Amino acid sequence: MTLLSAVIFLPLLAFLIVMALPKENHNAIRMFSLIASIAIFIISLGLIGPVFSATPGKFAIETNQSWIQTPAIDYHIGLDGISLWLVMLSTLLTPLCVLVSWKSIDKHIKQFFAFLLLLEFGLVGVFCALDLFLFFVFWEVSLVPMYFLIGIWGHDRRIYSAVKFFLYTMAGSALMLIAMLYLYNQAGTFDYTRILAGSQSGAIGLSSSEQLYLFLGFFIAFAIKVPLFPLHTWLPDAHVEAPTAGSVMLASVMLKMGTYGLLRFCVPLFPNAARQSAGWIAILAIIGIVYGALVAMVQPNMKKLVAYSSVSHLGFVVLGIFSFTQQSFDGAVYQMLAHGISTGALFLIVGFLYERRHSLDISAYGGVATPAPWLSTAFMITMLASIGLPMLCNFIGEYLVLQGTSLAYFRWTVFAALGSILAACYMLWLYQRAFFGQASEDLTHHMPDLNAREYAIIVPLILLMLWMGTYTQSFLPPISASNAVLLGPIDARREIHVRAAPAHIGPPQISPPRTLAGLNQELNNAR
Amino acid sequence: MPVNFIPTATDYLRILPEIIMTVAGTLIMLIEGWLGSEKKKTNLSVLTFIAFAAALVAAVVANGSPGLSYSNMFIVDGFATFFRVLVIVVGILSLFSATQYLKREHAESSEYYALLLFSVTGQCIMATANELIMIFIGLEISSIATYILAGYLRDDKRNNEAALKYFLLGSFATAFLLYGIAWIYGTTGSTNLDTIRIALSTPGSGRSAILAGTSAALMFVGFAFKVSAAPFQIWAPDVYQGAPAPVTLFMSAGPKAVAFAVFLRVFMTAFAPITNRWEPFVWSSALLTMIVGNFAALMQTNIKRLLAYSSIAHAGYVMVAIAAHNQIGIAAAMFYLAAYALMNIGAFAVITHFSRQGEKFVNIEDLAGLGWKQPVTAGLFAIFLLSLIGVPLTGGFFGKFYIFRAAIDANLVWLAVLGMLNSAVAAYYYLRVLVVMYMNEPGEATLSVQPVSAGIRATLWLTAAGTLVLGIFPSVLLNFANSSSVLVK
Repeated sequence: MTLLSAVIFLPLLAFLIVMALPKENHNAIRMFSLIASIAIFIISLGLIGPVFSATPGKFAIETNQSWIQTPAIDYHIGLDGISLWLVMLSTLLTPLCVLVSWKSIDKHIKQFFAFLLLLEFGLVGVFCALDLFLFFVFWEVSLVPMYFLIGIWGHDRRIYSAVKFFLYTMAGSALMLIAMLYLYNQAGTFDYTRILAGSQSGAIGLSSSEQLYLFLGFFIAFAIKVPLFPLHTWLPDAHVEAPTAGSVMLASVMLKMGTYGLLRFCVPLFPNAARQSAGWIAILAIIGIVYGALVAMVQPNMKKLVAYSSVSHLGFVVLGIFSFTQQSFDGAVYQMLAHGISTGALFLIVGFLYERRHSLDISAYGGVATPAPWLSTAFMITMLASIGLPMLCNFIGEYLVLQGTSLAYFRWTVFAALGSILAACYMLWLYQRAFFGQASEDLTHHMPDLNAREYAIIVPLILLMLWMGTYTQSFLPPISASNAVLLGPIDARREIHVRAAPAHIGPPQISPPRTLAGLNQELNNAR
Repeated sequence: MPVNFIPTATDYLRILPEIIMTVAGTLIMLIEGWLGSEKKKTNLSVLTFIAFAAALVAAVVANGSPGLSYSNMFIVDGFATFFRVLVIVVGILSLFSATQYLKREHAESSEYYALLLFSVTGQCIMATANELIMIFIGLEISSIATYILAGYLRDDKRNNEAALKYFLLGSFATAFLLYGIAWIYGTTGSTNLDTIRIALSTPGSGRSAILAGTSAALMFVGFAFKVSAAPFQIWAPDVYQGAPAPVTLFMSAGPKAVAFAVFLRVFMTAFAPITNRWEPFVWSSALLTMIVGNFAALMQTNIKRLLAYSSIAHAGYVMVAIAAHNQIGIAAAMFYLAAYALMNIGAFAVITHFSRQGEKFVNIEDLAGLGWKQPVTAGLFAIFLLSLIGVPLTGGFFGKFYIFRAAIDANLVWLAVLGMLNSAVAAYYYLRVLVVMYMNEPGEATLSVQPVSAGIRATLWLTAAGTLVLGIFPSVLLNFANSSSVLVK
C-alpha cells in the first residue's frame, strides 16, 4: 500500500466508520469526521516531496496492479505536478467543509458527514487515476454523494437541482464511456500512459475523423463538468441550492475534474482534433468569460453571483488549455488552484453570512462591515483575490493565461481581458451593496463577527491566497514540468497539421509554430 | 448412428438437478395432505429450500462431466451450468422473499412451492436443451407453472387479470415458436441445433435459407415475447403489476434469463449460418425495446409498473449484446443477466416487504422518507437502484459496460451510443425513487412500516452483496462466462 493509495482509500474507510457510528451521537460523528479529514490532509502532505523530486514527465508514486483481467483494467495510479495540487486541494477543503457544516447541518448529521467523506474518496481518486476506466469509475463515484448532498441538505429547489446535476453529468459521461470503449478497441488497453505512448509513436493509428469523434466524446463530458458555455445551465442551480459544503466542494474541486480531464486526456490523446477544434472552443470559452461576468453582475442572489463568476473564471482555464502554449497551460492549472481557493473561500463566507441572516439575497444585507469588521475584511481579501488583484492567487493564473494566449492568438486575449475588468465590476459592486452603507438595527443585532471556528476555516485560505500570489515558485515548478510533457505532442504535431490542412477549420488564424525551447525561453523572460 | 435407449449413469448425473426438483415438487404436494395444522406448513418451505440446494449442488457436480446426453437432446456445458445455477439461485431467493408474503396473505400452501420447483425445473431443461422440441417442452413446463403462479391469489382481481393475460398472450407466442420449429424441421429435417447448423451452412442451400429465415423470424417472435422485447412487450407491465410481488420478482429474473439463454443458444448455433438475416431484426428490436421501456417508465407512478418498464428496457440492453453476435457479446449477456437478476430481485424484495397486506402501498410516493425510517433497507434499495442506473462499482454498470463493448467490437457504435444515452434517460426514473426515499418527508405508508422479515432480509443482503461483488470484482463471474461462451463446438 503506497502513500497515494492510502490517501485515496482512507476517506472510504472513514466513510464506512462514520456509517457505523450511532446516529444519535452527533458530536462523535463531527469530531471523528474532522479528525479523520485533517489526518488525511496531513498524510497527503507527504505526497509533495516525491512529486517534486520525480523526473519531469514521469509519474510519482505509481502503483500498477491488475484489477480485472478481461478486458484488462488496471488499478494504475500516480501523481504528477498537476494532479498533486488538485489532490491537495481536495484534502485541504474537506476538513474545512466539515468545520463549516458543524452547526449549519442539523438533520441527518451522520449521513451528511459520511457523504462528504465519500465525496473526498471520489475526488482524490479521479485525479490520481492513470487508467481510463479507473478514471471513469471515480468520476461517477464522486457524482453520487454530491447528488445526495444537494438533494437532501440543499435549499428549496434542491431536488430539481440535484436531479439536473446528475442527469447532465450522466449524459456527458455516457458519451465518454463509449469513446473510451472505442479507444480501447483500437489501442487494446485502458492504460493512459500506454495509449499516450502509442498515439505519439503512431502505433495507434486513428483516422482524423475517428480522432474528432473520440475527442468530442470526451470533450462534451468534460465541458459539461467545467462547465463551458452553453452547457453551464446546471451549475447556477446546483450551486445555489447546495449546502455550503456542497457548493465549496462543487466549485473548488468538482469543476476542476472537467478542466483536468481536458488537459490530461482530451488534448494529449487527440492532439490533431484538439487543434482543429481549438478555434471554436476558444470562442465558447470567451463567450463564457464575458457572459458569466455580465450575468453575475445582475444577480440579486449572492451564491448565484459567485456561481456565474465561476463560469467566467473557468472560461479562462479552458482558453488557456486551448491556446497550447507553455504559459497558458501553466496559467490554466494555476487558475484551477487559485479558483479553488478563492471561490471556495467566497462560498464559505457566504455560508457564514447565511448562517447569521438565513438569506442569500444581497438586498437583505448592507452595512455588514460595521458590526462584523473581521468578516468583512476576510471577504474583501477573498473578493480581491477573485477579481485578480496582483499579489493574490488568481492574478498569477489569469496573467499567465492571457500572456500565453497572446503569444498564440492575440485577438483572443483582447476579449478575454474584458472578463477581468467585468469581474472587478460585479465583485466590487457586491461588496459595496452588502458590506458598506448604513447597517439596519435588525442586521446589527444578528451579525456577530467571526468566531473561532470560522477563523480556523478562513485564515488558512487567506494565507494560501497570499502565498500563491507572491511566491509562485513553491507551486509552479512541478506544474510547468508536467505541462511541458503534455504540450509535447500538440506542439510537435502542430507543424504537420498546418502543412496537411492549410484551410483552417476554426475561425481564428493559426499563427506560425513555435518550438518548445522557444516557448520556455519566452516563459523565462515573462517571469 | 446406433441409438442407445438405456441411459447411463452419466446421463442421469447430467439431468440430476431436474430429477431432484421434480421429485421434490411432487413429494411436497403429497406431503401437504399429511400435515395437519397450518403451522406445520412452514416445513414445506424448508423442504423446498433443501430441494433447491441439492439441485444447485447437482448442477455444479454435473458440470464436472460435460457433454451430450439422451441422443444429443441434452447438453451440459459451461453455458448450461451458468444458467442452471442462475435460475436455481433465483428460485432460492424468491423462496426466501415469498414465505412471509404468503403468510401475510393467508395463502401458504404446497402448490406455491411445488409450482416454483416445477417452473425452475422447466427453466433448467431449457438451459440444457440442445434440441428444439426439448426447448419447447422446457418452456411449457416453466411457463404453465408461472401462469398459475401469476394468478396465485385467486380471490384477487388483479391476480386473475395478470394470469389470464399472461396465459393468453403467452400461448399465442408459444404457438409462433412451435410454428417456427415446424418450418425449420421441414427445411432441414431435424430439430437438433447442431444438425440444423450443419444443414444451413452447406453451400448451395439458397432456397432453404429463405425458409430458415422465416423460421428464425417466427421463433424470434416467440422468444421476444418471453423476454418482453418490443414490439412484443405489451403484456409485461400489466402482468408484473398484477401478479403477487414475490412472483413478479421471480418472473422478472428467472424465466427471463433463461429465455435469453435459449434465444442465444438457438440463434448463435442453429441460425449462426444465416446471421445476416436475423441481425437487423435483433438490433431494431433492441433499439425499440430500450426506447419504449425507458420512455414509458418515465411516466409511471406505480413502482411495480415502473420496474416492469425498466425490465423491458434492460431486455433491450441484452438484445444489444445478441445483436453484436460475437463471443464477448454472449459473455456480456450472461454477465448482465446474472447482475440484473440480483439487482432486480433485491428491488422487488423491498417492494414485497413494503407493500403490506393486499399490496396496499405500491406507489412511488408511498416510499417517502423510507431512507430515514428504515435506513438499512432503503440503503440496500439505493444500491439496487444505482446498479439499475449503471453507476460504477455495481454489477449493473459492468453489465452495461461489457454489452456496449461487445457492440462496439461488432461495429455497432451507433447502437452503443443510443444505448448509453438511453441509460442516461433511465437514470431519471430511478432517481425519482431515490428522491422520494431520501428527500421527502415520511408519509402514512412509511410511518406504519413493519420490521423486515428474516427471509426478505436474507434476500436483500445476499443480492446486495452479489451486486457489489459483481461491481468490484467482476472477474469472478466474467472469466467463467468468457470460458463458456463458445456455443458452437
